[in-house]
Amino acid sequence: MTEWIAAPLLLAGSLLMLLAALGALRMPDLLMRMHATTKAGALGSGLIMLAAAVFFGSAEVWARVLAIIAFIMLTAPVAAHMIGRAGYFVGVPLWGRILRDDLKGRYHTDNHSLESPPEFSERRQHEERRGQ
Amino acid sequence: MLEIVIWLSFAILSLSLLLSFVRLLRGPSLPDRVVALELMASLTVGFIGVHAIASQRFAFLDVAMVLALTAFLAAVGFARFLEKRGIHADD
Repeated sequence: MTEWIAAPLLLAGSLLMLLAALGALRMPDLLMRMHATTKAGALGSGLIMLAAAVFFGSAEVWARVLAIIAFIMLTAPVAAHMIGRAGYFVGVPLWGRILRDDLKGRYHTDNHSLESPPEFSERRQHEERRGQ
Repeated sequence: MLEIVIWLSFAILSLSLLLSFVRLLRGPSLPDRVVALELMASLTVGFIGVHAIASQRFAFLDVAMVLALTAFLAAVGFARFLEKRGIHADD
């Protein structure tokens, strides 16, 4: 009985992994590749772990698998955010047909800080208050 | 039926590992390679899960947990390194 639940989970997990690898190979720029690998990769390994938990079925395996899944779900977005941020700021070229880049010109390489968007910057609010 | 699915998963995961290895070789920039390495770590976690089912020993799940932890630490370290290193053209 558990076989019939574990097998589809296993297959779905590995197919998602294949999707992630295909995305990593075929997508045109760094951020799109991360978009493919992070989400599909985390979900794929989570599904395979779930298949293992269903297959073994004991409480200790369930506890381990839930811990692994929680850990993957917590760390995958953080790691992807950090690599994406570093990649953007290091100046990895974006896709040629991209339409807008909201971060352009707001990152200072000397002290590694990011400026607020123009509509939220303190100086502009101050000037508006003075202008009223 | 589960045996067929296990071998199928091994085949699919191997193919995925090969594809991400091609991305690791081709680059073109260092962050791209870091993303490919991250994907390979997560693929290996999946591999270990499938192997735990195939060999019917759940102790392998501990290995998967440790590998996921190490991969996260490596990603954070790489990201910090990339940001501190700044802009290089010779990736």
